[in-house]
Amino acid sequence: MTNKKNRNIKEEAFRYLFMLSAFVAVVSVFAIAFFVFYRGLKPFVGGDHGYSLFQFLSGTEWRPGKNTFGILYMIIGSIFATFGAILIGVPIGLMTAVFIAELAPPSLTKIVRPAVELLAGIPSVLYGVFGLGVIVNVLKNYSPTAQGQSLIAVIFVLTVMILPTVISISETALRAVPKAYKDGSLALGASKIQTIFKIMIPAAKSGIMAGVVLGIGRAIGETMAVMLVAGNPIAGIPTSLWDKIRPLTTNIALEMGYASGLHQDLLFSTGVVLFVFIMVINLILNSLIRKKIG
Amino acid sequence: MKKIALLLSGLLLTAILFAGCSSSTDNGSGDTLTGEIIAGGSTSTKNIMEATGEEFAALNPDVTFEYNATGSSDGVKGADDGTYMLGTASREIKEDEKAWELTEKIFAYDGIAVVVHPSNDAVADITTEQIAQIFKGEITNWSEVGGANAPIVVVSREDGSGTRGAFEELLGFEDALTKDATIAEGNGNVQSTVAGNENSIGYVSFTYIDDTVKALSVEGVAPTVEDVLNKTYPISRPFVMIYHEDNLSDAAKAYIEFLMSADGQQIVEDEGGIPVE
Repeated sequence: MTNKKNRNIKEEAFRYLFMLSAFVAVVSVFAIAFFVFYRGLKPFVGGDHGYSLFQFLSGTEWRPGKNTFGILYMIIGSIFATFGAILIGVPIGLMTAVFIAELAPPSLTKIVRPAVELLAGIPSVLYGVFGLGVIVNVLKNYSPTAQGQSLIAVIFVLTVMILPTVISISETALRAVPKAYKDGSLALGASKIQTIFKIMIPAAKSGIMAGVVLGIGRAIGETMAVMLVAGNPIAGIPTSLWDKIRPLTTNIALEMGYASGLHQDLLFSTGVVLFVFIMVINLILNSLIRKKIG
Repeated sequence: MKKIALLLSGLLLTAILFAGCSSSTDNGSGDTLTGEIIAGGSTSTKNIMEATGEEFAALNPDVTFEYNATGSSDGVKGADDGTYMLGTASREIKEDEKAWELTEKIFAYDGIAVVVHPSNDAVADITTEQIAQIFKGEITNWSEVGGANAPIVVVSREDGSGTRGAFEELLGFEDALTKDATIAEGNGNVQSTVAGNENSIGYVSFTYIDDTVKALSVEGVAPTVEDVLNKTYPISRPFVMIYHEDNLSDAAKAYIEFLMSADGQQIVEDEGGIPVE
């Protein structure tokens, strides 16, 4: 009797401990969202330190000293860089996933998979240092602007950075395809490659898309690595791959240390724009996952 | 049942949370300095003032130190009207300000070096006018300043940086930086960005000059500490402390003594300034 009671108390205690732990994440996300939105929306609701939301979102020049704060060129830069990284990174990542899941002999899998996992664990600032020391240096020789800091340098760095995400999630999705699909296709006389492209990839589609969306999230939120290779100019919508860009994330990281007053609030506003991007990406991700289950 | 469990887990969590906090009740002894030192003025001296003030307050626990970065002119005015016990300015004291008969004490110098890639042999000297034109985007090719026929890659600092503010102010092109400029975060990143590109030009604090970049002489004067101290190097300025002797508390006097001491001057150097001796 007492034993059973003690056990029940223990069970309950741990239940609440787990629940409390779960609340840490929930409270954190609400605290961060509240803080960023509170500071970031302040400039647009009037007061002494006000700024026009329209000018903020449509401006193409960022000169805090002159009270000019426009982030349109940063939004476009962030979108271009992310899109470019997805365009190059997804085909490479998907093919790597197919290779690991379907084609590679076990001996090669033993090399490729740990390499991908290691790639995921490298701190982002090291990607940046590599990008500045190698990618920027090589690009410099081909660039019409005589410098390597550019949109294309950012795309290259982000491509490598999203690979682990795309590969591991696509691989999991490919492995989850029922074996009967593959066997059936092979039994009907389709070749291995035909089976992969006509059966495996379509069947794993929603899982692969989830990997792509997570990759987009990683690319658009990346800060340290891109700050070193983007060039971070104070104005100008990028019109070529050789143009420098200032992604939304680096704008915050560059200037938060010194900013005060309206300047600081508008850096939070930049964060709000970034937050909205991430929320949209998460909504898309959730609907993809729901579709997969349903 | 449930309540007991909740209480238990609550207690457990509280215990975890408070385990890290230990009470400290040790008192500093032997020092008689007390009171509040209120200083203010130049934004460029902020780091030095706060670092030395923090150290001074740590040595004298009963003294609190406050610095308000409101600008050099405000520092001089505040020192005169008593708003600040100690004012600072990151420029020479002007003629009309001299009429207030404030005591002036230079506690540090600030020097900014213009750096290019070491392979840029053709350019060794540059005028302040040319530097301003390059950073405003009016000169865009090295051939216009005696170098090879190659585009100039301008590297500057993030907005709000004290070095950038001083550089633009001393060369007279505030907020007119070309939009083609590459922005690097911190002196170190400017240095490595310039070191990585043959066509680049940037500017850093003196402490960041090394083999990876070449520091240009400006108006024929090399960027050396001696030439800053004898006021021949153009892109430099004094950090001046101004005050009325009568306004000083014992704590404030002791702080000035500390700032000018070897320890204080070491902090000046750590914060990127040039010590006065």
